[in-house]
Amino acid sequence: MSDRIVLIGVGNEYRHDDGAAVAVLAELAAEDLQVDRITLCDGEPTRLMELWEGAELAIVVDAVHSHPGEPGRIHQVTVDADHLLADPLADSSAAAGTHGLGLGHAVALAAALARLPRELLIVAVEGTDFSIGEGLSPAVSEAVPRAAAEVRRSVDAHRAKETGP
Amino acid sequence: MTHRSHRLLTVGSLARVEGEGALHISVRGSRVADIRLEIYEPPRYFEALLRGRAYTEPPDITARICGICPVAYQMSACRAVEDACGVTVDGQLAELRRLLYCGEWIESHTLHVYLLHAPDFLGLPDALALARTRPELLKRGLRLKKAGNEIVERLGGRAIHPINVRLGGFHRLPERAELDRLTAVLRQARTDAEDTLGWVAGFEFPELAVGHELLALRGRGGYAIDAGVPYGSRTGAFTAADFESHVLERQVPHSTALHAELDGRRYLTGPLARWSLNGALLPPPILALAAEAGLGPTCDNPFRSILVRAVEVLWAVTEAQRIIERYEPPPVPAVPVPPRAGTGHGATEAPRGLLYHRYQLDGDGTIRAATIIPPTAQNQAAIEADLRTFVQDRLHLDDVELTRQCEQAIRNYDPCISCAAHFLDLTVERA
Repeated sequence: MSDRIVLIGVGNEYRHDDGAAVAVLAELAAEDLQVDRITLCDGEPTRLMELWEGAELAIVVDAVHSHPGEPGRIHQVTVDADHLLADPLADSSAAAGTHGLGLGHAVALAAALARLPRELLIVAVEGTDFSIGEGLSPAVSEAVPRAAAEVRRSVDAHRAKETGP
Repeated sequence: MTHRSHRLLTVGSLARVEGEGALHISVRGSRVADIRLEIYEPPRYFEALLRGRAYTEPPDITARICGICPVAYQMSACRAVEDACGVTVDGQLAELRRLLYCGEWIESHTLHVYLLHAPDFLGLPDALALARTRPELLKRGLRLKKAGNEIVERLGGRAIHPINVRLGGFHRLPERAELDRLTAVLRQARTDAEDTLGWVAGFEFPELAVGHELLALRGRGGYAIDAGVPYGSRTGAFTAADFESHVLERQVPHSTALHAELDGRRYLTGPLARWSLNGALLPPPILALAAEAGLGPTCDNPFRSILVRAVEVLWAVTEAQRIIERYEPPPVPAVPVPPRAGTGHGATEAPRGLLYHRYQLDGDGTIRAATIIPPTAQNQAAIEADLRTFVQDRLHLDDVELTRQCEQAIRNYDPCISCAAHFLDLTVERA
């Protein structure tokens, strides 16, 4: 049976701010957040699809790089399968190896294969330092509790919606 | 038709390969003057990082080299350290290691066949286009790949960078019920693997024949994966301990990965080498399906490597089934591996080819030196030579089409540039 609420963290704690999701999930796991599955993932699209397939709600926490950026800023995106970018590969000059395929590609593939969860929320934390090494930059470190709170709020909202008034 | 006398073609960032690299082709008149597969993935210093660490750590540290083939790194590391310590892991523990490795082969090869390579043969830009035009095919591929993931997850503790492998065996043995669950998954996987082979057999393969020396492990009585003796098609057999006296690595200015030579010659490791050297050792039913798919006793066309990968997936599924059927829980999850001073060598067949590790240990198990020779580094020189032949025959093509075909040619080798140092920018210089 599929997990109903899945929390997925994408990132690498040995690449400084890329470990933002690892920190967010650690905080939520320590608080014993009641979801059906909490898991880390390297972001490889087929693994992401496997993790969120059949879920009522999947929340993916990831670090992002923005130009111009504001480290520590949190973005929330609710994926709408009906309004996906037609071809997420076309706007990217980046190499499209499976290592290079990002979350956007995973979403597009899942949409094409009807393997999106019923609801997919992406919580993205802007980072600044993605070089090799452990530890988050101060701005991202400060953003971790706020990102965790956003995840918690979304889980609670989903539950409230399920149980109704 | 171009009448330029100089032509420069550059693929600045190769697509659908593992890692980051570029291809530079320089054409003078009607001849290819220079071809460079430029690997600009930053050096990763794993060998230096291992020095001074405990002898128990290489399986976990080297697993981090690659998210696609971490098991290969773990297995070669275990074999090398155990060799240094004078320990041989055999019986059911060795079988469980082989099962874990089968999981990685299924996962890695299926990913390459469906998401990276097949779109080339179908005239599609990428796997997303395949998902949109033939979703049932990609669903089959993902189901098959998932079977591999599940094996790795059950045996390895998690699907990426497994944490259940240790010197001497495992931290925890699988429960019978866990293996029973895999039995059901593998039943479907076998059908999917057979259908995959039938599907790729229908592709059209461009003509290309390569004549490199081939290097693969030879197993005792079966297709080598987790153990075996290095065997070169011209060099013959040699021990893992002699590996570095035959295989020499050297730096080249245009790549952060080292180039390797076997007794002074460029060579090829991976699916084509395994098939040509060991294919006859596969079980007859699989050989029959391979023949039906158009594979002869040897294969020297890299474009047909997708066929060999499909055969290897089918074999890995049946091998996993065999191991699970005959599994008897060993008395302990791991045999003791006490440290001792010395040097150990280990070689296994990663999905992309032979992966060699060497560790030199102090008496207390501190690592004094480490050497890792991954398959993509070994194949670089052969890839460049093959591209030279390939491009020479296709100079009449315009830059766009030539670039597209070069990228496809490179994907034949499923290069893992992250392992070798990470893909592809292409430059063609026509002068």
